[in-house]
Amino acid sequence: MSITQQELTSSLQSILSDKVVSLNEQYGEITIIVRPEDILGVSQVLRDHPKLSFELLIDLCGVDYLTYGDDEASFKDSLDNKRFAAVYHLLSVKHNCRLRVKAFADNDEFPVIDSVIDIWPSVNWFEREAFDLFGIVFSGHPDLRRILTDYGFIGNPFRKDFPISGHLEMRYDPDQKRVIYQPVSIEPREITPRIIREEHYGGAE
Amino acid sequence: MAEIKNYTMNFGPQHPAAHGVLRLVLELDGEVIRRADPHIGLLHRATEKLAENKTFIQSVPYMDRLDYVSMMANEHAYVMAIEKLLQLEVPLRAQYIRVMFDEITRILNHLLWLGAHALDVGAMTVFLYAFREREDLMDCYEAVSGARLHAAYYRPGGVYRDLPDRMPQYQPSKIHNDKQTRLRNQNREGSLLDFIEDFTNRFPVYVDEYETLLTDNRIWKQRLVDIGIVTPERAKALGFTGPMLRGSGVEWDLRKKQPYEVYDQMDFDIPVGVNGDCYDRYLVRMEEFRQSNRIIKQCIAWLRDNPGPVITDNHKIAPPSRVGMKQNMEEMIHHFKLFTEGFHVPPGEAYVAIEHPKGEFGIYLVSDGANKPYRLKIRAPGFAHLAGLDEMTRGHMIADLVAVIGTQDIVFGEIDR
Repeated sequence: MSITQQELTSSLQSILSDKVVSLNEQYGEITIIVRPEDILGVSQVLRDHPKLSFELLIDLCGVDYLTYGDDEASFKDSLDNKRFAAVYHLLSVKHNCRLRVKAFADNDEFPVIDSVIDIWPSVNWFEREAFDLFGIVFSGHPDLRRILTDYGFIGNPFRKDFPISGHLEMRYDPDQKRVIYQPVSIEPREITPRIIREEHYGGAE
Repeated sequence: MAEIKNYTMNFGPQHPAAHGVLRLVLELDGEVIRRADPHIGLLHRATEKLAENKTFIQSVPYMDRLDYVSMMANEHAYVMAIEKLLQLEVPLRAQYIRVMFDEITRILNHLLWLGAHALDVGAMTVFLYAFREREDLMDCYEAVSGARLHAAYYRPGGVYRDLPDRMPQYQPSKIHNDKQTRLRNQNREGSLLDFIEDFTNRFPVYVDEYETLLTDNRIWKQRLVDIGIVTPERAKALGFTGPMLRGSGVEWDLRKKQPYEVYDQMDFDIPVGVNGDCYDRYLVRMEEFRQSNRIIKQCIAWLRDNPGPVITDNHKIAPPSRVGMKQNMEEMIHHFKLFTEGFHVPPGEAYVAIEHPKGEFGIYLVSDGANKPYRLKIRAPGFAHLAGLDEMTRGHMIADLVAVIGTQDIVFGEIDR
């Protein structure tokens, strides 16, 4: 049994009511933004309410909005100037529909969001990944270790202020006869610059 | 009596059954696994970060290198995400070509899975047979894109070029004389479609051969039946998708439930398991061989009758033809802009998922209107599956662990990204 986007939108509005900060639909995908303190309660309802029953958490990913739409100030306002977000992609096998839930962390210096591991066990590694790459701390996660980066890695590589060439490089030093770490020796370069064109640039529609 | 304590053991990263660079820290009680802690990231290349620093087209070849045994399926999700943000129509012929190559890719992937899984469990023969068929399918990849593995064939707006009218042929050499070469070229006389059709006619027999070797094999059953049982509820809670979920009896296939491209025109069935053990997942994948073969046949029939464009004629997204480019100023400018600055994708976000051979492969793309993605997140099916390894192997023996790794169809390119 599958439900339409309208049915899902209306049931989301009626069931979650004031917990939803904003709800929008783009390209047939529904996104709701919730406050980070509400994420646990909202997740519980999303999974257990028979009209929603999102029993599968497909993905959690961190996003760093530090330089989002840098040239255009209008984007920034809509995000409340918050930097880190956790984006949850949910799937309901029962109703055959998808939902995207976003939670922006309050503090940019030390972003904390409650872990939903008790609701969806599959989030375990996804939260570890977001912690590793973005430094988002998921409080309540029993085993929040780094997962993808090297043992002893310093920094959060997917943050926008982390250079793509990194900070440290590793090489074998023949004099000391061991592997050493040293500051990177390569100059970062950008072959194609990142450009945002204004609307109707060059007469385009 | 001496006190017996649990001890920890390292498994991998250099171990033939670890399928690449899996490092497992196992806590053992005798030979029984009490806890398995996979350490991943040894193949982490930060594909997502690299993609943020490249234009949209430049990242297409990176997708091949994610799950390097099902290359085109990865590209498919990526180009579909871009097309969704651009609201771009893909020519129908390109959609059929994509579906056909997705299914070829599924067979390629499952063949490698079958060979490696059987080899891990101790059956050498299947591996050799599986690679014989993979060779033919690799030739299809090569004929269409020029590369056997990393094709970069799907492009935003369609596919790179139409299917070739000629299949490349073998040349006589020191090892193969003229007569042998003629024999080897027998099914390569016609077009690529003829070659694939010949393959689809042979393939069901090959699947029967694999099944003769394995399905009722006593050792094979002893090693797989009742190993790594996952209930449907747990499979959903652990985020399993694809054959891992279907093996547990949940009828869920994106090709049927949320059809993309022309899958709604195709006639095929979804196999599901009953017990959710390794053996059921094996049976599910074996049936997927046959279903994929059916889909390919339907695509061939359609493609033969319906010539047409294979890539969008919107030159803001797809390059113009070489001839046009050399003769026409406008098209030359388009070409230059496209391959220097690249195209701009309107601000917004989109999540696109496809039924990858391993499960649900998703691309979450955030764009801020620039010529590069703002954030690209790759949702790899193997990542969620490997996270469930601990739960699947608890209480099993080390030898069963190898069977579970085999049944999960682990490929590190996509897990570490």
